[in-house]
Amino acid sequence: MAILVDKNTKLITQGITGKAGLFHTKRCNEYGTNVVGGVNPKKAGTKIEGFPVFGNVKDAVKETGANTSMIFVPAPFAADAIIEAADAGIRLIVAITEGIPVRDMFGVHEYLKKSDSILVGPNCPGITTADVAKVGIAPGFIHKKGKVGIVSRSGTLTYEAVHQTTLSGLGQTTAVGIGGDPIHGLNHIDVIKMFNDDPETEAIVLIGEIGGNDEEEAAEYIKSNVNKPVAAFIAGSSAPKGKRMGHAGAIISGSKGTAESKIKALQDAGVMVALTAADIGHQMCLALRERTGKCHCNRTEDCKY
Amino acid sequence: MKLLEYQSKAILSKAGLPVPESIHVTSHSEVSDALKKVSFTRGVVKAQAFTGGRGKAGGIKLFVSPEEAENYAREIIGMQLVTHQTGSEGVKVYSALLEKAGTGLKEFYLAILLDRTKVNPLIMISPDGGVDIEEVAEKTPDRILRLYPEYGKPVSEELKTKAADFLNLTGELKKQLGDIIQKLYDVYLQRDASLIEINPLALTDDNKLELLDCKFDIDDNAIFRQKESGGDPNAEKNEAEIEASKYGMSYISLDGNIGCMVNGAGLAMATMDSIKHNGGEPANFLDVGGSATEEAVTKAFDIISGDHAVKCILVNIFGGIMKCDTIANGIVAAVKKSGLKLPLVVRLEGTNVDIGKKIIEESGLNIISAENLDDAARKTVSVTK
Repeated sequence: MAILVDKNTKLITQGITGKAGLFHTKRCNEYGTNVVGGVNPKKAGTKIEGFPVFGNVKDAVKETGANTSMIFVPAPFAADAIIEAADAGIRLIVAITEGIPVRDMFGVHEYLKKSDSILVGPNCPGITTADVAKVGIAPGFIHKKGKVGIVSRSGTLTYEAVHQTTLSGLGQTTAVGIGGDPIHGLNHIDVIKMFNDDPETEAIVLIGEIGGNDEEEAAEYIKSNVNKPVAAFIAGSSAPKGKRMGHAGAIISGSKGTAESKIKALQDAGVMVALTAADIGHQMCLALRERTGKCHCNRTEDCKY
Repeated sequence: MKLLEYQSKAILSKAGLPVPESIHVTSHSEVSDALKKVSFTRGVVKAQAFTGGRGKAGGIKLFVSPEEAENYAREIIGMQLVTHQTGSEGVKVYSALLEKAGTGLKEFYLAILLDRTKVNPLIMISPDGGVDIEEVAEKTPDRILRLYPEYGKPVSEELKTKAADFLNLTGELKKQLGDIIQKLYDVYLQRDASLIEINPLALTDDNKLELLDCKFDIDDNAIFRQKESGGDPNAEKNEAEIEASKYGMSYISLDGNIGCMVNGAGLAMATMDSIKHNGGEPANFLDVGGSATEEAVTKAFDIISGDHAVKCILVNIFGGIMKCDTIANGIVAAVKKSGLKLPLVVRLEGTNVDIGKKIIEESGLNIISAENLDDAARKTVSVTK
């Protein structure tokens, strides 16, 4: 089961002929993802490292039955690439590209309202279903098939959570990086709904950061709808106001978007919040143990519970 | 990227929006010639700097003669302006705007920004202009009207009427307001603005609406296509921040004494949080990017150790695609190359982490290894105390 990405995923890469595009297409293929080709209008009909290159997404879908696209197209053209994928009937669009202008994303958001396509990102590490398939740039080897679903706005913090849940023996179903931009596709709440409905996912890790109010909305949802144990971490409690911390979306404006408000909302919803990023795995163990009455991790002696 | 007032007003004026007549000078010596080119000899000298609250801080002065204007310009240009929005060190005044002063009967507030939750531009209006809007939002939230124009269409007559009713404007003034909102919304979209704030929007004694002051921010992701705005993307950055951006790194100076070098924005924030959680103060935010190359790491050490407050450096790298042994070699080479003398705490995790740790241990350098992020933060804090 898991969510979004699985053995039925048929992946194409828009921007496959670029250095990063090709590198990560190969890594996805090695991990087990069914990569069926890529798109570059100037190199249609050729092959690159064995992957067929198509002139546009429609042709790629027609020839290969692709249902998922990974986007590495440079920022000024990336919004058009997302719309092209949706227009061609791609079900899941994962936009890795960083730096897409907000105005372009308005257009994407508006277009997707009338479409069945799901967008993840932009400016995200992508999605990995442990030991099955990955779409994106996450290091595959840190994942281990298991029971935790992970959703995160930050790339490297996704890896932290994956790594820690692997070490503790809990493992993951799927890890989803939703990206650090102010306008993005799936939000925390959308992914949490999917994990809540997924029978394989027994527990959820939510990783947020300062800026916006995605986490507050997710907390509201968790409070009234989610029975699975949830652990969380919010990055940026030490960040100064008004400064953009790397991610375009990670900025505290006025009194909005602070780590404090997010942590409080999550705690009110019964979520176990880790106070440092090193404690995410441990808080997940505690949340599971509190709910089920027994320890699920393989490091019980370390559990401070 | 923020624009200065004169740059913003040039854009507004070009779009046909009513801004007071003004002329920009970069030195006091330009004042007397500049005033010959305009229709006024009395007005205000306005400091061009990235802050609000200039009036109360002495950054806006009334003048009644060219001599007086020149004296004020001499005083203001180049000074550090300290307002309630800046720190005690203030912000630099780049130049001055000489502007015709009118008599305002009323002051309103008008802004357009992004509402992230609704994924829609938001037009914000208040009859209480001239003051801090955050104060209005907190104390009298019903004095703020929020309007959401429909994507891809002009601002509707319905929304324009709501705005006019809210400000109690009728007849000719209602028409003027509708026109201003529409033109400002067009500018917001065409110029990739992330915020345009008109405060105040003044009602003058000759029954006209005029945009007296303007705060204008352009989406950093769209700077590549907004070069003609005249804005300088580096204007608010210090030297180290500019240097880091040349190497694709994101660096922000802070007040503490623990330098941080991390890959990834989220992990970089989390590292700062851990330092603070363990009783220390981070000296900076630094994201070296996803692929921490030796060149980037060397540059990062230079930048961090260039901050003389730094007493210790914490390196936190999660080696995903990059292998830890490659990163460890990079760190060792960079420390040797830059002749770094500061104590260094390194936390490596990911592919080939054991080989990476061994490389660091056997380097003979003064490097402290850490097991995880918390361990690293604790060790760093204890070194600085």
